[in-house]
Amino acid sequence: MSRPKSVRQSMAWLHTWSGLVVGWLLFAIFVTGTASYYRTAISHWMRPELSDTVSDPVAAASRAGTFLQKTMPAAAGWSIRLPTAENPTVEVYWWPNFGGPFHHALLDPATGERSTVRDTRGGDFLYRFHFELNMPPIWGRWIVSACAMVLLIALLSGIVIHRRIFADFFTFRRDRSAQRGWLDAHNVMGVLALPFHLMIVYTGLVTLSSMLMPWAVKTGYRGDIQRYYAEAGLMIAGRPVAGRPGTGLPLGEIVSRAIATTGEMPELVTVANPADAAATVTAYFEEPPGLAHLHPQIAYDAATGAELGRVGEAGAATRTGAVMVGLHEAHFAAAPLRFLFFLCGLMGAATVATGLVLWTVARAPKNVAPEGFGLRLVRILNLGTIAGLPAGLAAYFLANRLLPVALDVRAEWEVGAFFAVWVLAALASALYPRTRAWSFALAVPASAFLAIPVIDAITIGESRFIGFDVAMALLGLLLLLAARLASRRAWARRPIQEHLHMTAEA
Amino acid sequence: MSADGVKARPGSVRAYRLAVTARVLLAGVGGYLIAALASALLALMLPGGRAEAVSAALIASFAIMAAAVIWVFAAGTVGRAALGLGLAAALLIAALWLVGAFQAGGVA
Repeated sequence: MSRPKSVRQSMAWLHTWSGLVVGWLLFAIFVTGTASYYRTAISHWMRPELSDTVSDPVAAASRAGTFLQKTMPAAAGWSIRLPTAENPTVEVYWWPNFGGPFHHALLDPATGERSTVRDTRGGDFLYRFHFELNMPPIWGRWIVSACAMVLLIALLSGIVIHRRIFADFFTFRRDRSAQRGWLDAHNVMGVLALPFHLMIVYTGLVTLSSMLMPWAVKTGYRGDIQRYYAEAGLMIAGRPVAGRPGTGLPLGEIVSRAIATTGEMPELVTVANPADAAATVTAYFEEPPGLAHLHPQIAYDAATGAELGRVGEAGAATRTGAVMVGLHEAHFAAAPLRFLFFLCGLMGAATVATGLVLWTVARAPKNVAPEGFGLRLVRILNLGTIAGLPAGLAAYFLANRLLPVALDVRAEWEVGAFFAVWVLAALASALYPRTRAWSFALAVPASAFLAIPVIDAITIGESRFIGFDVAMALLGLLLLLAARLASRRAWARRPIQEHLHMTAEA
Repeated sequence: MSADGVKARPGSVRAYRLAVTARVLLAGVGGYLIAALASALLALMLPGGRAEAVSAALIASFAIMAAAVIWVFAAGTVGRAALGLGLAAALLIAALWLVGAFQAGGVA
C-alpha cells in the first residue's frame, strides 16, 4: 500500500486536499467576513433615507417599549438597540421563547413605529452569511466551523511543509512558469498574513465554542450554561419567573437610571419575561477601551427600577477568551487598524483563491490533452466561486439602488439578486471556453462594481456616500486588472508551452 | 499527489482510497472525540475556579482537536493512527472516571 513517506510529505498531501475540499466555502466566508469589518458603513449606504441626526435615546427606549408591548406583550424576551450617530434607528428583536423565532424590526426613534426606510438587510446579511451561510443558524454554524477546523489544519500543515518560510517571503518567481507564479503568490499572501490567518480562524472557533464544545460546561456545570456565563463574568444570572403578571416602568425611565449611575449611555437594553412580575431589564454598555469583548451590564427590576446586580469580574482565562472574540470582531480597532484587518482578510481570500487555482494549474493537461472530470469540476467551481461571488456581491448593492423602494419583501429580493447573479455568473463562466474563461468571469464582477458609483450617483447622489462609492470603484478596477492579467496569460499561453515543459522537467 | 505512485495497480488504488477514507473519518470523529473528552476533563481539573477552568477548556479544545487530526495524518499507518487516538481516549475516559464525571447527573 502506498502511503506518504515522511511527515513533510504527508503534511503536503493534507494541505493540498484539505484546502481543496473546503476552499470554495472558505473563500465565501473570507470575503463576506472581510466585508463585515465595514458592516455599519454598508448598512448606512444601503439605507440612504436615514440621516445622521441623533435622537433622544431615553424617549426612543420608551417608544420602543410601547411598540413591543403592542407587538408581543407575553414574549420570552425583547431586545432594543438604542440609536447612536452610527446607527440612527432603533433595532428591536422579540421572541416567544428561547428557541426563537426571533422577530426583528427597525423603528423610527421619533415615532416608535416601524421605520419607513427601504427594507434591506444591509451589512448584516454579509455578516450573518459569513458564519451561517444563509442556512438555518445551527446548520450553517456547524458547517462553517467544520471549514474553520479544516482551515486550521491546512494552515498548520502548510507551516510544516515550509522549511524556508522566511525565504519564501521574498520569493516571487512570476515569470518562471505559471505554476511557480501561482505557488509563490499563494505563499507570499499566506505567509505575509499568517498571524492574521491563524488568529482569525482560531478566534472564530472560540466565538462559537460553547455550541461546538458543550462538554466542558456539561462536566463543569452539569450543562447549565447560564450559570457558567454568570460565574465567569460574561452575563448576569437571570431570575426565575414569578408567575404573576406585572407592569414594567417605561423603558426610558430605566435607561435614564442607567445613565445616571454610570455616566454612560447603554448600547442595548433587553427585557426578560416582560409580562411577568419578575421581569428584568438588563442594560449593556459599550466595551471599555481594550481588546476584550466584555460588555459591562447592569440588571434592573422592570417594575420598580431597582438595581438587581451587575456582571462579575472575568478571570484570566475568561478574559483571554473574550480577547480572542474581540480580536475576531475588531470592534476595538480604529480606522487605520480596521483597514489593516480588512487588507489581511482580503489576503486570506486571495490565499484561498490562489491555492485553488494552483491546484488546477499544477494538474493542467500538457498540450492539447483533454481535462479529466475532476480537474474540470474544480476549475468550474473555482471560476464560479472566485469570480461568481464578487458578481453576486455587486448585484446585492446594485439591487439596493435599483429595486423599487416600496417593493414587497424587498430585503428578500436583494438577497435573491445576490444568489441569482452568483449562480448565473458561475454558469456563464463554466460555459466559456477554457482559455478565455477567467478573463470573462472576472470582467463581469469588475463591470458590476464599476457600475455601483454610477448607479448610486443617478439614484441617490449624496456626497456622504462618496467614500463607499470610491471603494466600490477601486474593487472594480482591481477586478478589471485581474481580468486583463488573465487575458494576457491566456494569449501568451501557447508560445510559453514548450518553455513551461522544460522548467517542469528541471 | 501520492496517488501517482499507485496508478499502475487498480487493487492498490482501492486500498489507498480506503486508507484515505479511514484517516478522514478517524480525524473528524476521533479528533472531535479526543477534544470533547479533553475539554470535559480540563473543566474539572484546571485550577482557578470552575468558571475559569471551563473557559480555559473551551479555548484549548480546538488546539487539542487540531493536534489529534495532525497526528492521524502524520502517523505511519492507519492502524497506528487509530491506536494512538484509542490510547489517548482510553486514558482520558479513565481520568474522567477517576474525577467522578460519570457519577449520577455527570457527563453521561
